[in-house]
Amino acid sequence: MMAVHLPYEHKYLRHKKKFPHVWCPGCGIGILMGSIIRAIIDLDWKKDDVVVSSGIGCTSRMPVYLDFNTLHTTHGRALAFSTGVKLANPTLKVITVMGDGDALAIGGNHIIHTARRNMDMTAIVVNNNNYGMTGGQFSPTTPEGARTSTTPYGMMEPNFDVCDLMSGAGATFVARGTVYHVMELDRIFKRAMEKKGFSVVEVLSPCPTSFGRANNQADPVDMMESLRDDTVTVKQATKMKQQDLEGKILRGIFRDVDVPEYLDRYEELCQRARERLEMNQ
Amino acid sequence: MIVPWGEEELVQGNEAIAMGAIASEIDLFAGYPITPSSEIAEILSRYLPALGKKWIQMEDEIASISAIIGGSLAGAKAMTATSGPGFSLMQEGLGYACMTEVPIVIVNVMRAGPSTGLPTQAAQGDVMQARWGTHGDHPVIAMVPCSVRECFDLTVRAFNLAECFRTPVLLLADEIVGHMRERIAFPGEDEVEIKCQPEPDVPIEWYEHYHPTASNVSPMARFGTGYRFHVTGLTHDAHGFPTRKVEEVMAKLGRLKHKITRRLDELEDVRLHGLEDSKVVIFAYGSVYRSALAAQQILAEEGMKVGVFRPVTIWPFPDVTAKKYLDDKEVVIVPELNQGQIIHEVERVTLDAVRIVPVQRIDGYQITPEQIVEQIGEVV
Repeated sequence: MMAVHLPYEHKYLRHKKKFPHVWCPGCGIGILMGSIIRAIIDLDWKKDDVVVSSGIGCTSRMPVYLDFNTLHTTHGRALAFSTGVKLANPTLKVITVMGDGDALAIGGNHIIHTARRNMDMTAIVVNNNNYGMTGGQFSPTTPEGARTSTTPYGMMEPNFDVCDLMSGAGATFVARGTVYHVMELDRIFKRAMEKKGFSVVEVLSPCPTSFGRANNQADPVDMMESLRDDTVTVKQATKMKQQDLEGKILRGIFRDVDVPEYLDRYEELCQRARERLEMNQ
Repeated sequence: MIVPWGEEELVQGNEAIAMGAIASEIDLFAGYPITPSSEIAEILSRYLPALGKKWIQMEDEIASISAIIGGSLAGAKAMTATSGPGFSLMQEGLGYACMTEVPIVIVNVMRAGPSTGLPTQAAQGDVMQARWGTHGDHPVIAMVPCSVRECFDLTVRAFNLAECFRTPVLLLADEIVGHMRERIAFPGEDEVEIKCQPEPDVPIEWYEHYHPTASNVSPMARFGTGYRFHVTGLTHDAHGFPTRKVEEVMAKLGRLKHKITRRLDELEDVRLHGLEDSKVVIFAYGSVYRSALAAQQILAEEGMKVGVFRPVTIWPFPDVTAKKYLDDKEVVIVPELNQGQIIHEVERVTLDAVRIVPVQRIDGYQITPEQIVEQIGEVV
């Protein structure tokens, strides 16, 4: 997918308007933005039909660079805005990109209820373990013990597992990828986007500027290599011994189930309402 | 037929608001239950699906206002309804809709606060919150109904103004008006004018989402129509892209202000009763206006003439008209269900020689005509 689509990626960017972008050297968000574009090209979705929404933060600056219908909303609320967009025009393909703080702290209530409703949309949660834009404070995904600008003595609280949380809340497609494994990420994004129902993809992405520097990993290459060394696919994990899996993070698709989608159910509800009110034309 | 066009019926204020929304061809309602506004959501949940329109109960009020903003951007006429505590939560989205110039309607059926307060009782405590509740300078249009028929009419007007001005419009009802039942005559279907923001007709590559125009409002494209644009709460240029350039920042914020302040005549809506030959005027709005009219009647029977000045559109405040009619009066009585909110606006616009006298109540009960009469007796 990458080799085929790479030459066309620039056609999906707002070159004249918005570059250079805001992301730091060594950041992974640009890599996964390319991955999103390639998945959209591969699905042959028309630019006019795609809405990319976001909340607030480094990840949420992404829509401005993309030549789609783009919506940069308020902190944590992107999925609520997306819900309104999809309700108003169900033919639109709605993709929401959020950081870990945006999606899981201030947006935690919205993401679990969006998962429960199962509206046909895709959410991408970029997990860089901290709030990058505001100077590297801890987020709900900061690992225990990690240093951030608000955990100078180490992170005391337990963290969320995004994929477990989303599976529990009812998302019909749940997966995790990293910006190191880009071709795998292309395929996961495509699967998530074409899935009928609410899909969530967690993407592990390095933040050398904020999180790395506070945790002896200021070199972006080191952070990228840890994504390679610290993760294994679900398939690989089945062949590994328990002690070898210690400390490893799983990649791949964790959940892919078929459940009636919200707007399909809503159509049935409309029919029931018409019958009850005897408004059948 | 859901809206009883041209017929007389006994309906509740909240029901009339729901009917007004249907009459305005609402496409999307998103809300969260809260007393005393819940009937609006309940009635719409019954009818909107049957009409093939969208209705959704969100996880909170922040999500509700966010959903209607998203829906409006994708082409829906959209509304939410709430009360004080929910209105507080909606301030974030209200500011976003002002900044991004998205037409939406927000109904706030005011109840007594602060905080959870008296959920089932009336107040006018959110008048200043409606004006200044969200951070930063921003335009606001707010209207205050006093009767069930007005709940219908002003809901229709709220949708029309939201479209024409590309901005959120607030309907500040209160618990008394919302829960009151009156037999009202609905207008005929052809008597109600429904206005829509025009679609752009320029070639796609020329489109600017915030194009400067004489009216400071430009035709608005929606998602999915081929006009691809960017929407952000960051201060933005005519295309909608973030900017920090001083001239672009000032152009945006100036336009945001002027689209209201230079079209005040389209927004102003006041009701004047017996102002010509009276030295005393009651300045009242919303349900309290009914007590003001009753007080005027009582005093007329006693041989005393007092005038009544009522703003229907409360924001923007009718500065010029209020000054014109109040500056030559001796006393202006301002009854309101709070500890003094709109009274400061009356003081601001009138000459120092005019004596401004409050009548205030915050216990959840209505100000009675007798209270107003008594206050007038004390000062005159």
